[in-house]
Amino acid sequence: MIELFSDLFSDYTLRTVAMGAALLGITAGSLGGFALLRRQSLLGDAISHAALPGIALAFLITGSKAPLVLMTGAALAGWLGAALISSVTNRTRIKYDSALGIMLSVFFGFGLVLLTYIQRNPDANQAGLESFLFGQAAALVERDVFVILGIGALVIFLMGLFWKEFKVLSFDPDFFQTLGFPVRALDHLLTGLFVIAIVIGLQTVGVVLMSAMIIAPGAAARQWTDRLGRMIMLSGCIGAVSGVGGALISSSIPGLPTGPTIVLIVSSIVVFSLLFAPNRGIVFRKYREWKSGKQLRVEAVLVDMYTLAAQHLSAEYPHSARVLDVMSSMSGPARRTLGLLKDLGLATQLDAKMWSLTPEGVRRAELIIQRQFGGEE
Amino acid sequence: MSPSLEIQVIAVVVAVACALPGTFLVLQRMSMMSDAISHAILPGIVVAFFFTGTLSSPWLILGAAMAGVLTVALVEVLRKTGLLKEDAAIGIVFPALFSVGVILIARYAGDVHLDIDAVLLGELAFAPFDRMVIGGIDIGPRSLIIMLCVLLLNLIFILVFFKELKLTTFDRALAGALGFAPALLHYILMGIVSVTAVGAFDAVGSILVVALMVAPPASAYMLTDKLKNMIWLSVIIGILSAISGYWMARVLDASIAGSMASMSGLFFVVIVFLAPGRGIWWTYRLKTLQKLRFSTEMLTIHLLNHEGLPEASTECRIDHLEDHLRWEHVFAQRAVRSAMQKEYVVLEHDVLLLTSKGRLFAQQSQLDL
Repeated sequence: MIELFSDLFSDYTLRTVAMGAALLGITAGSLGGFALLRRQSLLGDAISHAALPGIALAFLITGSKAPLVLMTGAALAGWLGAALISSVTNRTRIKYDSALGIMLSVFFGFGLVLLTYIQRNPDANQAGLESFLFGQAAALVERDVFVILGIGALVIFLMGLFWKEFKVLSFDPDFFQTLGFPVRALDHLLTGLFVIAIVIGLQTVGVVLMSAMIIAPGAAARQWTDRLGRMIMLSGCIGAVSGVGGALISSSIPGLPTGPTIVLIVSSIVVFSLLFAPNRGIVFRKYREWKSGKQLRVEAVLVDMYTLAAQHLSAEYPHSARVLDVMSSMSGPARRTLGLLKDLGLATQLDAKMWSLTPEGVRRAELIIQRQFGGEE
Repeated sequence: MSPSLEIQVIAVVVAVACALPGTFLVLQRMSMMSDAISHAILPGIVVAFFFTGTLSSPWLILGAAMAGVLTVALVEVLRKTGLLKEDAAIGIVFPALFSVGVILIARYAGDVHLDIDAVLLGELAFAPFDRMVIGGIDIGPRSLIIMLCVLLLNLIFILVFFKELKLTTFDRALAGALGFAPALLHYILMGIVSVTAVGAFDAVGSILVVALMVAPPASAYMLTDKLKNMIWLSVIIGILSAISGYWMARVLDASIAGSMASMSGLFFVVIVFLAPGRGIWWTYRLKTLQKLRFSTEMLTIHLLNHEGLPEASTECRIDHLEDHLRWEHVFAQRAVRSAMQKEYVVLEHDVLLLTSKGRLFAQQSQLDL
């Protein structure tokens, strides 16, 4: 493990890949948080597919394979796809999901047509274009990392600059519009940043896996906090950690591709967050339900015993567990709860069947009744 | 059959097989499940491949179908936690499963013929050369036979469960209350989608499956309000996309699957613009006409109000309309022109006067308003 980290500083390829993946994770993760809140998670998937014809066209027109040229083409096509999706959904009866599916597959299909067309053109040296499909993290060079760094920094800077606007846009766009803000322009800007964040990742993790880089960090971060600022920060961090982790693990195990490894790591973080995040997490929720359920049962049995005893001379008059079972049939068998009452010192067992309240139990029951009925009984 | 004809027949069969379940996906707003499933079947294919060692075994279809149903189940599990919305759940599940598939291939199947390109992109051009031979008799290309079986399965499914599908699609709550088990039907439909996706994967690739499952039904949705018509139209549009896509690929010497997806997109764009009554062009024209009619009403009512009064000579000038009704110059000109064309008003010494026909129209409009 330590060796692995020292490699991170000495091994050029590993360092480049890890840096690239980390920067990518930060950019995609933080913007993905907004996508998650705006319920546009799958838009990332559509955009990353829609970018393909842009890459091919950029290559066809310029003949260059410089990352910036291809990325520009990809960004334009991806943005066009996103714009068409929102335009078709707004103007016709076509639903959002259908619009996503169509743009995704049609743009991608058209990209394939262009790619195969380029391939069969003997003059063109198209090698390397395919890496956009499935990603080739190992092929990252230092120059690519600088490109990712520059663009990523710009995207995050713009996100910070328009922080307040994007925040309102994500939570209450209608309110935002009534305040007189140019909602559509800001929507386009956020989508534009989103497109850029996706496009810089295509070469590293590929079309299919890029959507996970967008959605998963945000989905994981969402479980830990209810504050937007913290969520976006955490989302970026999760993206970065997954990026570096994926690079490290895939370099230490031969034949393990980087992109899918990153995706599996980030997916595991999502699962972990869903289970163990405080407050929202499943484990915590179950524990809370169990605890409050227990308290409710205890109170119910206490009140049952008290009301039964009220028919007799003493509040500590004993009753059989079977009667209590029948009374508390809604909240499960009373016998289990009686054991709990005994442990809490609220009830005592007289013989095999009979139970009675202790003075402390009587006091507690009176308190509960007072709380529930306002002290009238 | 010549290879060229065989390819077209395969493409048509795939298009029809996809359009049938696709109609219900589109109507149930689950189009993106086709994308998720078509990617997530990869690990199913790989695992089944490890067990059988061949890409042509029926177990592959079973494995992929199971992976598809697993996708649906996982999405459902995530959604039921209430912590994630459905779209986020889909977007997390399928890349994860796809990654598992890619890693399995990279680690254990590097030296065999099973590359991701083939699954995702497909190559229809080679389909006719992979024959299915039973008892020494060549009965046709393997992918044609497989897709015919899938098509038959889909047809039977839709014919048998048409009533249930219809009810579940349009009123899920009622279907549940009447005891039609919409959840079970959901899983069966997703199983059908998976089987279709895997049946098509080596012929046309999974992206084309998405295109053929979503684009033709969505186009048909623009054209009709009847479920049966929508299914028929989806099938027809699917077939047209397949055949025209093949010829586009022939001309460009490019990917057949990609060309078919492009053609299905082209049909969609044309229909979205021109669909009678609902297309973008139609709604735009309707809006313009309504605007013009309303402006004519406003104009004639305005003239009626001031008719015969002393201020009429100033109120009823075109340039005054621009101030009074807050119309822009061009729009005012157009409104007046249209009213003159309909013979509601005439222009005398720069003053607009109502004709008797225009007076009647204005009075009628006032009543309507």
